[in-house]
Amino acid sequence: MDVAIVGIGMHPFGRTPTMTGLEQGAAAARAALADAGTDFKTMQFAFGGSQDGGNADSLVNLLGLTGLQFTNVANGCATGGSSLNAAYSAIKSGQYDVGLVVGFDKHERGAFNAKPAEWGLDDWYGETGLMLTTQYFGMKIQRYMHDHGISRETLIRVAEKAFRNGSLTPTAWRQTALSWEEIENAPMVSEPLNKYMFCSPAEGGCALVVCRADMAHQFHSRPVYLKTAVVRSRNYGSFEVFSPSQPPEVAKSPTVTASQAAFELAGVGPEDIDVAQLQDTEVGAEIMHMAENGFCADGEQEQWLAEGVTEITGRLPVNTDGGCLANGEPVGASGLRQVHEICVQLRGEGGSRQVQGEPRTGYTHVYGAPGISGVNILAR
Amino acid sequence: MPDAKPLHPGLFTWPSPSPSLIGSRCLDCGEHAFPGQSSCRACSGQNTAVAELGNEGALWTWTIQSFMPKSPYHTDETPETFRPYGVGYVELPCGLKVESRLRENDPEKLRIGMAMKLEIVHVRKYSDGSDLVTFQFCAAEEDS
Repeated sequence: MDVAIVGIGMHPFGRTPTMTGLEQGAAAARAALADAGTDFKTMQFAFGGSQDGGNADSLVNLLGLTGLQFTNVANGCATGGSSLNAAYSAIKSGQYDVGLVVGFDKHERGAFNAKPAEWGLDDWYGETGLMLTTQYFGMKIQRYMHDHGISRETLIRVAEKAFRNGSLTPTAWRQTALSWEEIENAPMVSEPLNKYMFCSPAEGGCALVVCRADMAHQFHSRPVYLKTAVVRSRNYGSFEVFSPSQPPEVAKSPTVTASQAAFELAGVGPEDIDVAQLQDTEVGAEIMHMAENGFCADGEQEQWLAEGVTEITGRLPVNTDGGCLANGEPVGASGLRQVHEICVQLRGEGGSRQVQGEPRTGYTHVYGAPGISGVNILAR
Repeated sequence: MPDAKPLHPGLFTWPSPSPSLIGSRCLDCGEHAFPGQSSCRACSGQNTAVAELGNEGALWTWTIQSFMPKSPYHTDETPETFRPYGVGYVELPCGLKVESRLRENDPEKLRIGMAMKLEIVHVRKYSDGSDLVTFQFCAAEEDS
């Protein structure tokens, strides 16, 4: 049985001091249920996740104690992708007809302070200052620039595009476009990446109502079909965050393996994708993920960015809502925001950021520590 | 630092006139790991042995940590005395790339491929007044 997304809802990303993370998740869930023209009592199951906002299954206190199966999902930044993957399997298998996927979060300001023990590492790693995701991102793009001739200008172009797209997105956190000079001269965080090249931990919620494809029109006139949902973890040799050592040979990343499997299962190729969301926790990630997801060869990003291929008006618009860079990253909700935006684009509801030419097929990619990738291919 | 204690045991030979990193080698497939582990990440086997990994290598990639990290970072520094530090992966002769703090914190002095050597440095004072130390790498041509 094929799977359809028939309801999408968000609580705007950014900061909402008056609401807990859980309340932001509930707001997103109610918005998705209203979009599907249904209610929480109709949901047969739910998958949800949050890193710092509380247990997702506590949402039943706010949404209703209906006795449904509610499973908590925790896969770092790939939590949303993993939740949707689980919901996809629940419907695909025939176990359930309709359910809810929800993610929310509420992080403190500043960089994440991960604890070594939770990642199977000893305390020395964090105490001596190696337990920072920002360092990994800086080191991965540093090597990539060296190997594939990516320039600093290309890093700036990705940030410029993100904030420009964010300025067209009513739910985005960062809604002000930034000039080339503002980005270029921002304070350095982790060489070669500066302040405007990183996304920030944030708050927000996002939810989707999913159902059997043959029931889709009972809920929504423009369903979006989830052609495939794939999650992969790292292989030996993949260069990943929180790794005290890396093997000699660099292996395919989990993004490459998830992407290849997703294209094969969906029976389409990168050339068939009209609009994409690629994990952009920093500008280097978006650049490398363009190649890791099979859209271009290593090094081609230099030309693609210069020619505007990934702009809203380009051949393959990427991160049309400004991505993580403009929306911030509430970890539990972030991967679902990507799917939300693709649904908006495939429904034609993007307003001033709508991709022209009535896009038919969309793609989302989320990446989480320490090496988990989730890829979804969607079509209307 | 004659009385210094390693912040964590088993990462490097200590005390030693020429400290070397310590990891493990899989006796079945030959792959190395740092820190050492009793199971193998490459072949899933459980037949590993402690291995000295040496004290020199080439810089594979790098960045600069420009702000003082939040906890669990734990040194003697204060926000006032914090000094940005380099972080990199150093490719050892066995091919393994080890993540390490770098003495250099000036982007102009770091480049991929440069020769690096191990050094043992102070982290913080232990409660009994002794020094806790760990490893880092620095440019091999410096004071050599």
